[in-house]
Amino acid sequence: MAATPVAGTPALSIRDLHAWYGESHVLHGVELEVQKGEVVTLLGRNGAGRTSTLRAILGLTGERKGSIRLSGVETIHLATHRIAHLGVGYCPEERGIFASLSCEENLMLPPAIQGGDGGMSIDEIYAMFPNLKERRHSQGTRLSGGEQQMLAVARILRTGANLLLLDEISEGLAPVIVHALARMIRTLKAKGYTVVMVEQNFRFAAPLADRFYVMEHGRIVEHFAAGELEARMPVLNQLLGV
Amino acid sequence: MEIFGRPLPAMLSQLLLGLVNGSFYAILSLGLAVIFGLLNVINFAHGALFMLGAVLAWMGMEYLGVNYWLMLLLSPLIVGALGILIERVFLRHIYKLDHLYGLLLTLGITLVIEGVLRSFYGVSGLPYSPPDALAGATNLGFMVLPNYRAWVVVASLAVCFATWYVIERTKLGAYLRAGTENPRLVEAFGVNVPLMVTLTYGFGVALAAFAGVLAAPVIQVSPLMGQHLIIVVFAVVVIGGMGSIMGSILTGLGLGVIEGFTKVFYPEASSTVVFVIMAIVLVVRPAGLFGKEK
Ligand SMILES: Nc1ncnc2c1ncn2[C@@H]1O[C@H](COP(=O)(O)OP(=O)(O)O)[C@@H](O)[C@H]1O
Ligand SMILES: [Mg+2]
Repeated sequence: MAATPVAGTPALSIRDLHAWYGESHVLHGVELEVQKGEVVTLLGRNGAGRTSTLRAILGLTGERKGSIRLSGVETIHLATHRIAHLGVGYCPEERGIFASLSCEENLMLPPAIQGGDGGMSIDEIYAMFPNLKERRHSQGTRLSGGEQQMLAVARILRTGANLLLLDEISEGLAPVIVHALARMIRTLKAKGYTVVMVEQNFRFAAPLADRFYVMEHGRIVEHFAAGELEARMPVLNQLLGV
Repeated sequence: MEIFGRPLPAMLSQLLLGLVNGSFYAILSLGLAVIFGLLNVINFAHGALFMLGAVLAWMGMEYLGVNYWLMLLLSPLIVGALGILIERVFLRHIYKLDHLYGLLLTLGITLVIEGVLRSFYGVSGLPYSPPDALAGATNLGFMVLPNYRAWVVVASLAVCFATWYVIERTKLGAYLRAGTENPRLVEAFGVNVPLMVTLTYGFGVALAAFAGVLAAPVIQVSPLMGQHLIIVVFAVVVIGGMGSIMGSILTGLGLGVIEGFTKVFYPEASSTVVFVIMAIVLVVRPAGLFGKEK
């Protein structure tokens, strides 16, 4: 769905990424690679640099150095508004629902990706999230926490973005909603989306991801496939304190 | 017929005068609110660009024989283009700084624009008559309605409500509202926010120029005509609060009318009543009548 992807190139490839907020150096050489259609989870303690990694992909941190390729296209020097058009959809940790927009205006806000073939139709999205249809005329921020989270994810499915960056989508939500979100991730994977999830909730992420990265102090410190999860548990427990 | 001891026709003509002034307040405070929302800049140059709109209308007539109607279109376009240049060259660099810098920078721009025009035209008024089609007055029976004043109110309201409609009811307006709340996220969705910022400033000052052309036949055209008005408009913005488009429109009109009535009942206070109201609102509701408390 992204603009002219080269066959076999990773959907996302990050090399030696450094990023700053003003003077403060928060990412110290992040290395990360995600293949098309994979679900990858970024684990780590609070403050490890996971949110900053997602923000750096979109050029939302301060200065950044290194290399970030989207389907082979170097983006480190691109303006933020150009990066989305390479097929990236971003769901921020704070959800970013707009108070001055209705639920439906929030949903329709992100423009379709230039040169993309369009994402899910509004009907498909409403079929997946019936609550959003019911509440489409409500002010965005009047929605419940769960509904806002659904909205924050749903609005990036419409644009034709294939690579979804989801920051702590299960955080602070009731178990039924967390289950619904897990189902959603599986559906998205089946539809061929590529997903990078930042998660604190290990039990949510564990059964969904194909691969895991663990961050600490602005670096990737561990990296393994789902099959190795069992064997890595002791290390993980120590790194994450789960 | 009399109301509170004043003759009705006098009241109605002050009401109309109040609405005319209120129309200018509404268009100008609307532009200020839109600009502040997206750019975070208190655009002090608004008065000077209003004045430039009027002076351009005068210049069009004086030097090129271009009529009122054409200048009503051209003046906003020229001033809008100048606004785009100002945003690109100057404002762009100060968004991350405190509001004070934006205020000082646009004050500087104001002084330059006013100074240049003063050196050419001095401070005395430049005569500008209403277009023939709107000259004269219509006798409504209960009052005599000056045609041009009626036109000013109708044209201003049409522009204000069209702006309101675009901002509150269209997709383009949704980008603007969202950009006002969280520009970085809107940009992360692939919207060219820097371009939107430039165009918004251009549009906001084009509105000021439109008001300037409307004002040319009723307020004396001079390089200083923006100065007095902008101070009142800032008071209007403080009273209305920055939060709402409709709030700016209603506050502008309402204060114009209040000013008009003050002229009937207590003329001595007519030039200060807006500031008295501002002081009261600041005490009772610091965010303004329509503003959101932070
Ligand atoms: N806007 C910011 N300005 C300055 N420092 C920040 C900002 N956001 C995050 N940080 C710092 O960057 C580091 C990484 O934070 P973050 O990426 O949010 O971690 P995580 O998402 O893994 O919890 C932390 O030390 C945090 O304090
Ligand atoms: Mg985080």
